[in-house]
Amino acid sequence: MLKFTEDHEWLKIDGDVATVGITAHAAEQLGDLVFVELPDVGSRFEKGGEASTVESVKAASDVYCPLAGEIVAVNEDIVGDPSLVNTDPTGAGWFFKLKLADPSDADALLDEAAYNSLIG
Amino acid sequence: MTHTEELLKTPLHALHLELGARMVPFAGYDMPVQYPLGVMKEHLHTRSHAGLFDVSHMGQILLRPKSGDVRDAALALETITPVDVAGLGEGRQRYGLFTNETGGLKDDFMVANRGDHLYLVVNAACKHQDLALIEVAVSDACDVEARFDRGLLALQGPMAEDALSAIAPEAADMRFMDVRLIDIKGMETVVSRSGYTGEDGYEISVAAEDADRLARLLLDDERVEAIGLGARDSLRLEAGLCLYGNDIGPDTTPAEAALTWAIQKARRGDGEREGGFPGDRVILGQLARGADRKRVGLSPEGKAPVRGGARLFAGAEGGEPVGAVTSGGFGPSLEAPVAMGYVPAALSEPGTRLYADVRGKRLPVVVATLPFVPNTYKR
Repeated sequence: MLKFTEDHEWLKIDGDVATVGITAHAAEQLGDLVFVELPDVGSRFEKGGEASTVESVKAASDVYCPLAGEIVAVNEDIVGDPSLVNTDPTGAGWFFKLKLADPSDADALLDEAAYNSLIG
Repeated sequence: MTHTEELLKTPLHALHLELGARMVPFAGYDMPVQYPLGVMKEHLHTRSHAGLFDVSHMGQILLRPKSGDVRDAALALETITPVDVAGLGEGRQRYGLFTNETGGLKDDFMVANRGDHLYLVVNAACKHQDLALIEVAVSDACDVEARFDRGLLALQGPMAEDALSAIAPEAADMRFMDVRLIDIKGMETVVSRSGYTGEDGYEISVAAEDADRLARLLLDDERVEAIGLGARDSLRLEAGLCLYGNDIGPDTTPAEAALTWAIQKARRGDGEREGGFPGDRVILGQLARGADRKRVGLSPEGKAPVRGGARLFAGAEGGEPVGAVTSGGFGPSLEAPVAMGYVPAALSEPGTRLYADVRGKRLPVVVATLPFVPNTYKR
C-alpha cells in the first residue's frame, strides 16, 4: 500500500512497517542533495517529528516522520551518496523503515491520486 | 501569479522562462535560481567550460565630470570611498567600497575609468540608496546617470575567452580588469574582463533591447550554459568573495572583512590623498593596528554544510559564542562543505579548530585560507 503526506513523503506500508522516503516532486524541488542526516535506529517519533535533515547546495530542509512509530532501519547508502535521493527517490533513495505505533493511522494519509492532485 | 507580477523583470526574463528556469524573487526582481541542468552541474560547468549569468538586476551608474576631466569625477567619488579612483588608468576597473561614519560598509562595487566618465556597477539591493549617496557626494562635479534599464551579462569560466572572442575578437586581448567599448555584431557593449566566480571571464553591459540577442548568441556556443543564482552563490563562496548583506554590511569594517587590499596606498596613512572618506579614522586606525575580529574561511570537518547564521564556539561544549558564520553551503568543486565567518583575531590563524552550532550539535570546523578554489584571472 502506497501512501503520501502533504509534506511530500511517501510510505510503502507492509503490515505494521512503513518504508519512508521523499517524493520525486520533493526531490526535484530541493535540487541536488549533498547531505542527508538520518535518525538513529530505535528512536521513536510522533507524527510530524523531525526525523531527518536533507541539504541541497543552497539550503537545509527537514524530513518529517509521517506517522508515530519507531525507526527499525535506515538507508546508509543515501548518507554515502545523497544523489541517490535525486536519481531514484522512490527506490534506492528511501530514508528509513518505521514500525508504526498504530497501522490504522495510515488510513488518514493521502493516496497517490490525492497526492498528485495536491502537487498539480 | 500576483506575487510575480509585482517583481521587476530583467531584459532576459522571457529567455529564462523559455530555458525552463526556476524563478525566485531576488532584490525585487524575478530571477533564475537554476535551470534544468541544476545547481551542481551549473557550478561545475562554469569551472570547466563557461557559464552565462544574467546580472542585469545590478545597478549601472555613470558619472560624467562637468569639467570634462575624469579626474574631477574620481576625486568627487573618493569622498565616499577609500579606494584610489583618481589613480585608475583609462580603460581600467577596480573593486570599491562605500563606507559609513563608523567604518562599516554601505555597499561594494566595481568602478571603471572610461576615459571621459566613470562607470560603476553596484549591488541590486543597494542601487537606489547608492545612487542617492553618489548624487549627494558628486553632484557639484558630475552629472550622474543611473542606467538601471541596461542589461548586464557575465560570461565566466576557462572557455569564456574563446566563446566571447568568437563573436568579439578583441575581447581576447583584454587582461583582468580591463574595460573596453566593443561592437559585437552591431551591438554597442561595454566589456570588462572581470566577474565574481573566481574564474577568468567577462561582464558585458548592453542596451536592454540588445540583451536577449546577445545572450542567445553566446548560448549558441555549445561550450556556454545558462547559470542561475544558486550556482553564482556557490561559485563566489568557493572563490572567497563577499556577498553584501551576508559577509559584509554596515557593521563590518574593511579590516574586519579582510578587504584591506581594496584600499590602495594613496588613500592610506601618509598617502598622497590620505583619508577623506566616511569612517576614515576608524578604517585607517585598523589598517595600522589591526582589527579585533576577522573574516576567515571555514572548512567543516564533516559532510554537513554549515550555513550562514550558525554560531561559532571555541570548544566542543559550553562557553559563549566567539563568532558566527556569514555564508556557508556546499562547494561542488571541492565536493565538501565550505563557509565563511567572523572570528576573534586570536582565533583567525588557518588551522585553528572551532565548533559551529548546527541544529543543536557542535560540528568541528577549521579556519581555512581563502579562496577555497584558486582564482584563474588572466592578469
